[in-house]
Amino acid sequence: MSRFRPVVVAALLLVLAACGDSSEETTAGETTTTASASSGLEGDLLVSAAASLTDAFAEVESAFEAANPGVDVLLNLAGSSVLREQILEGAPADVFASANNFNMDQVVEAGEVDGDPEIFVRNLLQIAVPSGNPAGVTGLDDFANVDLLIGLCAEDVPCGDFGRTALENAGVTPAIDTNEPDVRALLTKIEAGELDAGITYVTDVLSTNGAVEGVDIPEEFNVIADYPIATLVNAPNPDAAPAFAAFVLSAEGQAILNSYGFSSP
Amino acid sequence: MNGEGLDAKLQVRRGESFQLDLSLSIPPGRTVALLGPNAAGKSTTVAALAGLLPLDRGRIALAGVTLDDPEQDVFVVPEARKVGVVFQDYLLFPHLSVIDNVAFGLRSRGVSREESLARAGEWVDRLGLAGLATRKPANLSGGQAQRVALARALVTEPDLLLLDEPLSALDVTTRVELRRTVAEHLDTFSGPRLLITHDPSEAFLLADEIHVIESGVVTQAGSADDIRLRPHTPYVADLAGSNLVQGVASDGVVDTGSHHLHIADHTVSGPVLATIRPSAISVHLGEPAGSPRNSWKTEVSLIEHLGERVRLRTGAPLSLTVEITEDATRALDLREGAEMWISIKATEIGIEADSEGAKR
Amino acid sequence: MTTQGLGGRRRRRRPPAVLIILGVLGLAVFVVPFLGLLARTPWTDLPALLSGDVVADALRLSLVTSLAATAIAAVVGVPLAWLMARVEFPGRALVQGLVTLPLVLPPVVGGAALLFALGRRGLIGEPLNQATGLLLPFSTWGVVVANTFVAMPFLVITVEGALRNLDRRYEGAAATLGAGRWTVLRRVTLPMIRPSLIAGLVLTWARAFGEFGATITFAGNLQGRTQTLPLAVFVALESDRDVAVAISLVMVVVSLAVLVALRERWWKVL
Repeated sequence: MSRFRPVVVAALLLVLAACGDSSEETTAGETTTTASASSGLEGDLLVSAAASLTDAFAEVESAFEAANPGVDVLLNLAGSSVLREQILEGAPADVFASANNFNMDQVVEAGEVDGDPEIFVRNLLQIAVPSGNPAGVTGLDDFANVDLLIGLCAEDVPCGDFGRTALENAGVTPAIDTNEPDVRALLTKIEAGELDAGITYVTDVLSTNGAVEGVDIPEEFNVIADYPIATLVNAPNPDAAPAFAAFVLSAEGQAILNSYGFSSP
Repeated sequence: MNGEGLDAKLQVRRGESFQLDLSLSIPPGRTVALLGPNAAGKSTTVAALAGLLPLDRGRIALAGVTLDDPEQDVFVVPEARKVGVVFQDYLLFPHLSVIDNVAFGLRSRGVSREESLARAGEWVDRLGLAGLATRKPANLSGGQAQRVALARALVTEPDLLLLDEPLSALDVTTRVELRRTVAEHLDTFSGPRLLITHDPSEAFLLADEIHVIESGVVTQAGSADDIRLRPHTPYVADLAGSNLVQGVASDGVVDTGSHHLHIADHTVSGPVLATIRPSAISVHLGEPAGSPRNSWKTEVSLIEHLGERVRLRTGAPLSLTVEITEDATRALDLREGAEMWISIKATEIGIEADSEGAKR
Repeated sequence: MTTQGLGGRRRRRRPPAVLIILGVLGLAVFVVPFLGLLARTPWTDLPALLSGDVVADALRLSLVTSLAATAIAAVVGVPLAWLMARVEFPGRALVQGLVTLPLVLPPVVGGAALLFALGRRGLIGEPLNQATGLLLPFSTWGVVVANTFVAMPFLVITVEGALRNLDRRYEGAAATLGAGRWTVLRRVTLPMIRPSLIAGLVLTWARAFGEFGATITFAGNLQGRTQTLPLAVFVALESDRDVAVAISLVMVVVSLAVLVALRERWWKVL
């Protein structure tokens, strides 16, 4: 037994040292931004965000972590309805950023939301076509063309719901070939040229860096999607959660989101 | 070359070191036994004749048709040969009933279902399997399975009948029973027959001619007596070890028809096969004194000198092979026609029940 | 260790306790999720939930495509298994690896691969489409292709194993009785591997029936054309949990019915 004691002690010391480092960020004398001079936030932060926020929130995550080195943001990205289900079934989450009000309202009704949700960005719909627009799609009318391969998000996913509204507004009955479970899946198929056209968000088209091209939808038909964000009542990290939401709503956060095509409310 | 029988010269190489090299010529109506220990090349012979293994060199001709001739680039596939094989483990198709097994060869050759089943039915009856027609092989006894295998091979009226260790999978009692059945059907089969076995009694009882095979070559060929009296190799000498005598036992005495033998077992009765090792028989000039219950006067009908060992055959009343030393032969001044007394201890006589013996 | 019995008579011994405990835990792995499903089922609303044509369409598509996939797997899979078991061709080890690949790959990856190969801009799909106008993605045949891709390995592996273990001497015996190679295959080889063949087919069907990832990636999701039961469940989960549970129940009932019914057959054959 006594042979092992030095080893055990050394191991314990190492573990303590490692733990210690993560909470003593100021001792190393790093320069910190004024916004986080008093940041004592630490731990994991679970952010459930709609799939269309993938790229934008990745940058938001980096920025937030830079300002709050003690926090590790974990992004859980999926269709808003999937996220809603997860939260309702008790999956742990600190912050919920939804792509529409419907899903957020359900979560509010279930009493899972702390305070009130706030709209943090807006998104517009756009027709997405493969690079080069091989099928020559010009507007929503083309969606009625049986010879084209048309994809939409599934009806219960925000972009699918809004897409159908836009088509209704334009008086078009679409010849749909597939209802993709989320925006990313739809984009992938359009990018690959397997679909001729689909309806996604402006931000999604932008995110492909030219691999997918956008065709504008006239304002009178288009649907503005409000994206609400809220901290959750059963948040495992109740200190960092509101800080994250605040960051998203702050000038810095908004600047990041705008650069990805989201409009500020 | 025989017009109708089997004429084969087989040269097959298997693996690194084994080479089969033998010639077989069997006219129709004759049974040849290929007798040898395990790994002697018996299965290779079966496979080559059946067409499951091509020859490296040599030639196989059956009923006037060349089946395999590497030099002439002739090879007849197994399904086109008319070789009936009874396999060592019978290889009855487990998913088919007895009657379907027997009819298999006919159906495969295009015979109609009705005719196949009818002809198969005849053979099933002929082999005493009536009532078992719808059974599956898993529900047959060893003896029954063997008879199904025999029927299955015979129903196709092959040009050559090949029996690969047909009785070795059976227990001793069944084996003795089935030997009779096999002998009967061998006799009624008109073509050439090749019996593969490691059991000398089987060879002696069923075959007209015996070829002893060791390590891929035939070391001796001839009649049963040739093998017994003039062994060419130690293996053959050991093979032919025992004398086999048939008789009827009753209360410790076996009646061979021409002689009475006293045996140790008083409980066995009915037809039996008695075995006596040649070296267990002692030779005397005059009537021996002492215990042996079996002693009688006879004469030397044949004598063979094999170096240190001498084999001689006794004459009436019971023909036995006796083995004694060269010295003893000289001491007793034995030669053909000489008179002598022989004695055998009752305990040296091995007894085996022979249920089919009465019919022989 | 003897057990106490009436008058000291030795009774049949119970299995070892450790095995029972571990075995029950193993059983729990299967039973617990199923119980969870049953607990969530809205029993009173069930008839109403299942009466829409979403469920009817999905059930029809699932049955048709899974059976078609099984049939295709049988027709091309058995010959492949035979070649793999009997012929020493170069690259056989590689083929064995390829056949196992769909089992290892996530189905979505499989679906993506199918898209790259057979999609409208795919390696083979593009020339095929331009020559014949045939398009597999977003069609019911696309579902069949996706199902076949993920499920066929079960059949090939099962049959190959059975063929390897088969005693070849029976085929030799059949040949000496005059059976040509095709007859041997038909009347001896295949009947002798029948239990494995059936087991392989059932596993293949079950896998095809439950396929999701490759289907949704390659064939897409459209009611009546490509939306099989698993896809319908997934879509329903987004809006109406009750519908999702109801459809899941349908899948479980159909699968259990088929698997249990066929199992009896297996044993009869043996």
